[in-house]
Amino acid sequence: MNAPQEPPSPLRLTYREACKQALRQALHADPRVFLMGEDIGRYGGCYAVTKGLLEEFGEDRIRDTPLSESAFVGAGIGAAMAGMRPIVEIMTVNFSLLALDQILNNAVTIPYMSGGQFAVPLVIRMATGGGRRVAAQHSHSLEGWYAHIPGLRILTPAMVEDARFMLIAALKDPNPTLIFEHVMLYNMEGDIDPAITCVDMDQAKVRRAGADVSLITYGGSLFKTLDAAERLSKEGVEAEVVDLRALRPLDTKTILESVVKTRRCVIIDEAWRSGSIAAEIGMRIAEEAFFELDAPLRRVCGREVPMPYAAHLEDACLPQSEAIAAAALDLVRPS
Amino acid sequence: MTHKVHLDHDHLRHLLKAMIRIRRFEAKCVELYQAQKILGFLHLYDGEEAVSVGVMEALEPQDAVIATYREHGQALARGVDPGCLMGEMLGKLNGCCRGRGGSMHFFHREHRFYGGNAIVGGGLPLALGVALADKMQGRRAVTACFFGDGAAEEGEFHETLNFAKLWRLPILFICENNLYAMGMAVERAEADTDFVHKASSYRIEGERVDGMDVVAVESAARKAIEKIRATSDPFFLECRTYRFRAHSMFDAQLYRSKEEVEAWRKKGPIVRFQAWLEENHLIKPGEVLEMEKAIDAEVARAVAFAEAGPLEPVSDVERFVTMEDIPA
Repeated sequence: MNAPQEPPSPLRLTYREACKQALRQALHADPRVFLMGEDIGRYGGCYAVTKGLLEEFGEDRIRDTPLSESAFVGAGIGAAMAGMRPIVEIMTVNFSLLALDQILNNAVTIPYMSGGQFAVPLVIRMATGGGRRVAAQHSHSLEGWYAHIPGLRILTPAMVEDARFMLIAALKDPNPTLIFEHVMLYNMEGDIDPAITCVDMDQAKVRRAGADVSLITYGGSLFKTLDAAERLSKEGVEAEVVDLRALRPLDTKTILESVVKTRRCVIIDEAWRSGSIAAEIGMRIAEEAFFELDAPLRRVCGREVPMPYAAHLEDACLPQSEAIAAAALDLVRPS
Repeated sequence: MTHKVHLDHDHLRHLLKAMIRIRRFEAKCVELYQAQKILGFLHLYDGEEAVSVGVMEALEPQDAVIATYREHGQALARGVDPGCLMGEMLGKLNGCCRGRGGSMHFFHREHRFYGGNAIVGGGLPLALGVALADKMQGRRAVTACFFGDGAAEEGEFHETLNFAKLWRLPILFICENNLYAMGMAVERAEADTDFVHKASSYRIEGERVDGMDVVAVESAARKAIEKIRATSDPFFLECRTYRFRAHSMFDAQLYRSKEEVEAWRKKGPIVRFQAWLEENHLIKPGEVLEMEKAIDAEVARAVAFAEAGPLEPVSDVERFVTMEDIPA
């Protein structure tokens, strides 16, 4: 008789390692997949995500590019149109602005303008967000900007599990997909249930259930928000934390279900407040669930400044768990 | 005299006919524009026909084309059916892009026509990707990448040339130098007006050719493509040409004189080639007239096809914003 099987122990790995394993899986699974970007090969990637891949897969599939964001993103678009499955890495979201023309004017418009003759199955990965003291040209969160654009899929994995499996899902999608990896998450460790081999890209997930207030967030702010929820719990307030996971398409249904349950909502987003994805979420709630609310909608966003270098200033410009908790508490127990 | 251009009667006649087809097709477009059946922008290729016709002659079906927003001629010369192009001009469902793109955005999958592009220089990086995909998938194809002199003012031009040489991509760069980027004369915009020289600074071999001479263009393109296929290195062709008409339909042409336009018209690709054929008895008397009649009938059929085409239902307007699958 066989001994009863122990459930397999969870895999513990860093977010960076999860990103790398996803890339390795993609490269092994499909010969049409190749990587392009600045310093992804010999250097190993500026955040070391692609370290070792050049040795494993060779120069044909791990391609170091010149510092020409527009050209290599455009090359990714052309290659995708002509039958390949390129994965392009852009060092940071600020640099992606040099390729914004290609992303918006080509990747997004060509499937539509060609009347569906050409798809652009391109994945672009980039680092986003603040917290590393690298000031105003390397620290912004522009994923919400990109979420403005119809035709793009915008993924913001926060959990290690999503970093590990969202890429695989994105490669199956015939549309251009941008994956935003928050710089403060790369060193974070997390557990993956070995039974999980894939994730969906469309649904927000409740990461912590609660009945008193909904905290809606994504990416780098998720863990600050979960921390805020623990603080609130000590005050007797049970917050529900919704991880959006994708900013486009936006899973309005999950947001509304949570808000209808808790009747109070704080949206946490480290991007600038004006014209932001936080504003979009707030407006959708106002349109769809206004009469379900027991308190005004609130936002905790990044301060509207170019990111300062000094540590105390940068910290003051990013949503922090104290401020998130305070905003939530104020809704539940107005002073 | 030229590189493997077959100067037999059939081929010469074919070249002339291809240029006249573009000229007549566009003349009809102007009429339809004035009748407000074609809307938006309309950038005519009038004067530049020899460039596309010459280059396309040197391409094979497996080759790819990246075009500009002045791409009516590029598409016709590539062999795209005039009916579906006219349908596109009229915004009809039977247009090559269902009326989604219009005059500046012709795409045609079967002809590997990767689009007109209305962002100056915007098509150049796409050429890198198409050529790279072909190379990685073992297809012996060349990507013909058309752009104007104005594109060389954009960073994407320089990024792309550097890339193409560095990665040894089989791209034929065709600079349609018509001397003006909209109203900006080339010498007012370029510190170095020698485009072949610019290419050479990226160590890309190039040649300047009289873009008003269809045989010279074809010959240069054949030579270039032969070289590209043999070496997988890019090649740069600067075709000196001239646009006889306004930049688009809203252009008072304050930036150039009538005399200048007239002088160039005398050197026009059709009038000159036709005269040469006649002088050398390479075309029979009355043959051009016959040709024009046949083309007019072809254009009339294209217009009738387009006019009869249905409009895409508004309920489909969001279709293809996101694709459900990748077209095979």
